[in-house]
Amino acid sequence: MTTDVHQLDDGAWISVNDSREVNVSDLWLLARSDFCGCETTDFLAEGFVKVGVDYPDIQARIAGQCIACGESGVTDWLTVGRVVDPDSGEFYGVVHESVHFPEKRTRLARPEE
Amino acid sequence: MPSKVEKWKDEVYGNEIREHLMEFAEQGWDAIPEDEHDAWFERFKWWGLYHQRSGQESYFMMRIGTPNGVIKPGQLEVIGEIAKEYATGPVDNPEFGEAYCDWTTRQSIQLHWIKLEDIPEIFEKLEAVGLGTQQACGDSWRNIVGCPVAGKDKHEHVDAWPVAEDLHETFKGNDDYSNLPRKWKVAIAGCDEGCGQGDINDLAFEPAEKDGELGFNVRIGGGLSRKEPRLARDIDVWVPPEQAADVAHGMSSLFRDYGDREDRFNARIKFLMDEWGPEKMRSVLQEEYVDFELPTAGEDMRDQYSYNTGSQDGHNDHVGIHEQKDGNYYVGLNVLVGRMGADDVLELAELADEYGSGEVRLTQRQNIIVTDVPEENLDEFTSEPLLENYSPDPSPFMRGSIACTGTEYCSLSIVETKNRQVRYARWLKDNVELPEDHKDFHIHLSGCTASCAQPQIADVSLRGMKTRKDGEPVEALDIGLGGGLGDDPRFADWVEMRVPADEVPGAIKNLVNNFEDAREDGETFRDFVEDRDEETLAEMVEPEETDYHDPYMHNTKMTWYPYAEDDDMQSSPAPTDGSGEPLPSDD
Ligand code: HEM
Ligand code: SF4
Ligand SMILES: [Zn+2]
Repeated sequence: MTTDVHQLDDGAWISVNDSREVNVSDLWLLARSDFCGCETTDFLAEGFVKVGVDYPDIQARIAGQCIACGESGVTDWLTVGRVVDPDSGEFYGVVHESVHFPEKRTRLARPEE
Repeated sequence: MPSKVEKWKDEVYGNEIREHLMEFAEQGWDAIPEDEHDAWFERFKWWGLYHQRSGQESYFMMRIGTPNGVIKPGQLEVIGEIAKEYATGPVDNPEFGEAYCDWTTRQSIQLHWIKLEDIPEIFEKLEAVGLGTQQACGDSWRNIVGCPVAGKDKHEHVDAWPVAEDLHETFKGNDDYSNLPRKWKVAIAGCDEGCGQGDINDLAFEPAEKDGELGFNVRIGGGLSRKEPRLARDIDVWVPPEQAADVAHGMSSLFRDYGDREDRFNARIKFLMDEWGPEKMRSVLQEEYVDFELPTAGEDMRDQYSYNTGSQDGHNDHVGIHEQKDGNYYVGLNVLVGRMGADDVLELAELADEYGSGEVRLTQRQNIIVTDVPEENLDEFTSEPLLENYSPDPSPFMRGSIACTGTEYCSLSIVETKNRQVRYARWLKDNVELPEDHKDFHIHLSGCTASCAQPQIADVSLRGMKTRKDGEPVEALDIGLGGGLGDDPRFADWVEMRVPADEVPGAIKNLVNNFEDAREDGETFRDFVEDRDEETLAEMVEPEETDYHDPYMHNTKMTWYPYAEDDDMQSSPAPTDGSGEPLPSDD
């Protein structure tokens, strides 16, 4: 089965195969990003703007704010989890409290419809 | 490429959702195919059902749309009974008990913890008294808002209630408009107080006179959501009451055809207005969607507007006892953060019957009005014990409080809202003194930028955020000042960001004291803010810990329910079957 990913309720959460997997209101630590001037961005996720699959990664661009300096905007692509086995469709979320490295887009294997 | 939601809507949407909904309800939660959950929950919104947030799967928020907030005799009792019987969750709310109704900022009703299996019975009970949930959410004509005392008020020039009712009947269940690109919010009012709040709706009809005839001027494209608030713009059109529906047909067809279906974030008509401007909006409406010559705008009454203006005279809300034009009175009761226990609702239904006509009305400030009370009943009615909690003469901090749903149920939320605002209001009432001449002071708390509590049009605007305190993440609020409506509406200036939620009452106290010290004689808070720059204002806010205690600092969104003793997400009983028993979860 193909992995079905989308954002719903005005970007409130990411659905992976019809299961709510990633929610707004979590804090993410972003390193080596140019989101703001902070060494690591203490990023509050307020809305999922875009989602996509770059097998096996589920990725998203997230609107939100650095709660240390106040800069707000949309992140580059972040891996929010993985679906390792497309047949089972099981989603493994990343630990959002650990450090993440947003990527300038690489190509999207299959953007959200 | 049309969005995913558009694809689902193409398959099944509008009235036809109902038979599927009923079938699922008949068979139970498990009957909804697992790989169709998202599609069906998106569709159910059209019938007023919103799947509650993560950790509360299989429970729904149900919204009942009451046009213009009018709840006719006999209806309130049914609403209270339904809340009592069906709106009880696994855990009680510590402030509001086990079952309650929310009166919302768009004059609707929200119930929570509704089970799919109960929906057919609930619909039957609602529909038996002329109520319904159709189009209360979803991409269509939403509940029509207006002056809640339309038809009763002495300040009224055109009775907008029959027009609102006609629009409601014309556009509810109307297949031509059942699948719009996004929500479509309409306001209509005929009074000179401005209590329709047309400025923040997609389509607004405001009272205006043209060649000696009373009708409405039309404004388009207001809305507060995201960080993109817009005031509706004047498109230089006037309509007589009997043609309001034609213009509404035209405007909602225009939105249906030209609204953005590829990007839901860009779909509201406010963004089309950004792109087109009012002149083009008017000319497309004229050329493609109406078959008569649109008259240019008439003389409006905006310079008399007093509703939510901070002017400290006139009619900043509908709380209190006011004479109607028929000589009876309406009694506006304050409902703190719009939430009323089911037993209280039932008692109020009885009182409304006993002392008034049995009719009540909801306001856009989350309050409730008992109408048609004869003068000789006023004393007895206002001495009823129920009115101690729902006062017609409350403290400005109780009366000015509005709060949205927040982390209790809402998936978009960042912070806890209603229970916090209840605690704020009580603390402020006991600890803060407003200047003598300030009877109105509006504090609106929204759990996120969607702005359901309309924070940008309050004296003090609060919006959900997070910050760190001693390194730990805690719930916080951005503080804005000086918003309000009126002839010259103004959105709040956001002056102090990410204030830990337990320091907000102290911040408001310091602000009020600094205002009192620095104001000129007779200067209103709103004028005071307007005359100062952000930096000066920020200095006046001064967040501070006080003896106010906040039990919701701890990232309540990560709980399955913020007030459960064991609130851990893993301890959630959801999803549950029709009788509330936990079902094996999918993962
Ligand atoms: C389950 C809880 C709720 C959810 C998930 C929810 C969702 C949303 C979303 C996604 C938006 C922004 C979208 C947009 O405006 O385009 C929004 C805005 C809004 N909602 Fe809600 N909402 C909830 C509860 C409420 C309540 C209790 C009210 C009160 C009637 C309400 C009234 C509004 C209003 C007034 C706006 C601002 C729209 C504007 O002016 O542009 N919502 N809501
Ligand atoms: S303002 Fe945000 S948190 Fe509050 S009810 Fe609306 S969507 Fe939910
Ligand atoms: Zn930063």
